[in-house]
Amino acid sequence: MTMTAERIGVRLPRRPAIAEPRRRGRWHALLREPGTALGLILVASLLLAGLVAPWSPLADPTEINLPDRLLSPSPEHLLGTDHLGRDTFSRLVHGARATLLAAAATLVLSMTIAVTVGLLSGYYGGWPDTALMWVVDLLLAFPSLILALAVAGALGPGLLNVLLAVGAVWWVGHARIIRGITLGEREMAYVTAARASGASDRRIILRHIAPNILGPIVVLASLDIGWIILGIAGLSFLGLGAQPPTPEWGAMLSDARPHLQTAPHLILLPGAAIFVAVLGFNLLGDGLRDLLDPRIRRLAR
Amino acid sequence: MGAYVVRRLATLPLLLLGISAVSFALLSVAPGDPAEIVLHQRNPGQMPSPAAVTAMRAELGLDAPLPAQYVRWMSRALAGDMGRSYVTEQPVAAQLARRTVPTVVLTAAALGLALLLAVPMGILSARRRGGAGDALVRLAALVGSAAPSYALAFGLIILFAVKLSWLPAVGYGSAAQMVLPAIALSLAPMAQLTRLIRASVLDVLGQDYIRTARAKGLSEQMVVMKHALRNALLPAIGATGVILAHLLGGAVIIETIFTWPGLGQLIVGAALTRDYPVVQGFVTYLAVIVLLANLATDIALRVADPRLRYERVGV
Repeated sequence: MTMTAERIGVRLPRRPAIAEPRRRGRWHALLREPGTALGLILVASLLLAGLVAPWSPLADPTEINLPDRLLSPSPEHLLGTDHLGRDTFSRLVHGARATLLAAAATLVLSMTIAVTVGLLSGYYGGWPDTALMWVVDLLLAFPSLILALAVAGALGPGLLNVLLAVGAVWWVGHARIIRGITLGEREMAYVTAARASGASDRRIILRHIAPNILGPIVVLASLDIGWIILGIAGLSFLGLGAQPPTPEWGAMLSDARPHLQTAPHLILLPGAAIFVAVLGFNLLGDGLRDLLDPRIRRLAR
Repeated sequence: MGAYVVRRLATLPLLLLGISAVSFALLSVAPGDPAEIVLHQRNPGQMPSPAAVTAMRAELGLDAPLPAQYVRWMSRALAGDMGRSYVTEQPVAAQLARRTVPTVVLTAAALGLALLLAVPMGILSARRRGGAGDALVRLAALVGSAAPSYALAFGLIILFAVKLSWLPAVGYGSAAQMVLPAIALSLAPMAQLTRLIRASVLDVLGQDYIRTARAKGLSEQMVVMKHALRNALLPAIGATGVILAHLLGGAVIIETIFTWPGLGQLIVGAALTRDYPVVQGFVTYLAVIVLLANLATDIALRVADPRLRYERVGV
């Protein structure tokens, strides 16, 4: 129960990053790290692909064309076609949109719950804290992917249900971490000062503590996207997520399964897309963590 | 020590009660009428008559109020009766028991493989920090934690089963059939453990007592193996519960791909057909296993690390 931080490999900042004079220099340092720069490039390309996909001149990703099924790559179909004659490249690019939108929505949902529970629990303490953390400990006993699978199964198949399911189980570990950070912040002089000047609890939480714990929240979120993408694509692969004909990477993998022997690239391409997306976000997350957490940065030197 | 164990054990019943409540709530809030789902499963394609639905609701005990349903479910579960599958009408407990062995075999093989590689890689990486070996290990851990196990599984099947025909692609029973799923399942925990062990060896190597060991002239071999490693492995032991949860989550997908007749395959089928009693039983079962694993880990850590006994550790 004490290993929440390790679950996602997070080294928690002891002190949140407060504005430093040489901010510009630090952002430049971020880009000088080759890994982080690569992560930024990968993430930026994915975001671009996801953004422009509907307005791009690519073939319709859902248009079925049976005579052209399982074609090899050609100038007309850059990465060939799938078992229904749909353009694979177009489906991959549109898949980036589905994946990123679902991951972003899941992240917003789970982080909103985590930050709310963590802040309230850490700030007020007492019996609400005890009760909330008891629930958190309880939920931590459920392997998150399996709980998400059960929730998604109960809600029925669909990408929206999968993101609700993943979001509903993902916040648990973060709530504990954010509570811990809040607990530390509550004792800081600036909180005492705010209280002395007559600020309400609500104001202290929203205007004083929340901005100060933004750094760790960003780090947690950025390290999380990779896991969320893996989880959503995994559930889609199992048939619980995106339904045909939606172009989504996990669903593409499962569509390509019967053609494993004749068209292995149909499986390997969406697999590679998921890998690249997760790698990009993980690299970027590691870079952000190093940037926002001076303690780790010192260790890494 | 004894007091600690007693205190932890005392919280178990409350946690178990909580787990059962979560599992029960999970599916009682699900949309759709289970009675209609059951009738659908038994007579596919037919619209069940209202009379049949009412009769089925009574048969399943769904006409009772929710708290009463929970108490009944709970008291039966305590006696080892987790209800019957809507689809196969088999007792859930027997299905879970039958499916446990294949999953234990597979996850144990994957965990063994992960440890076999992660421990030496983590140590090497920490000792040669900044060197070529470290860079290589860190790259491997990075790739390992980003690669989706399901895509890796298909990559392995395509390479070793389809192209080279060295190993069978799917099935259960022989050792050869276990190689590919075990490799696919081990990748993520391997990456996770490698990072964990590297970080903790680095941490330990910076401690004063390591400087003392070096100062008294011990060989580096001796310092690392005898003084550093034992302490450095403690965080890895502490992560057992997390790794276990991870392995079980991964096994769901890997078992489906390799048609491995374990718990993972069972739950996926049950989730897709809305076989609620199976899903409920499975989720409860796994949560109890993880809970007990966490408890055993915490106690083992206290035995292994005397320092913890003097700290006040929250439950």
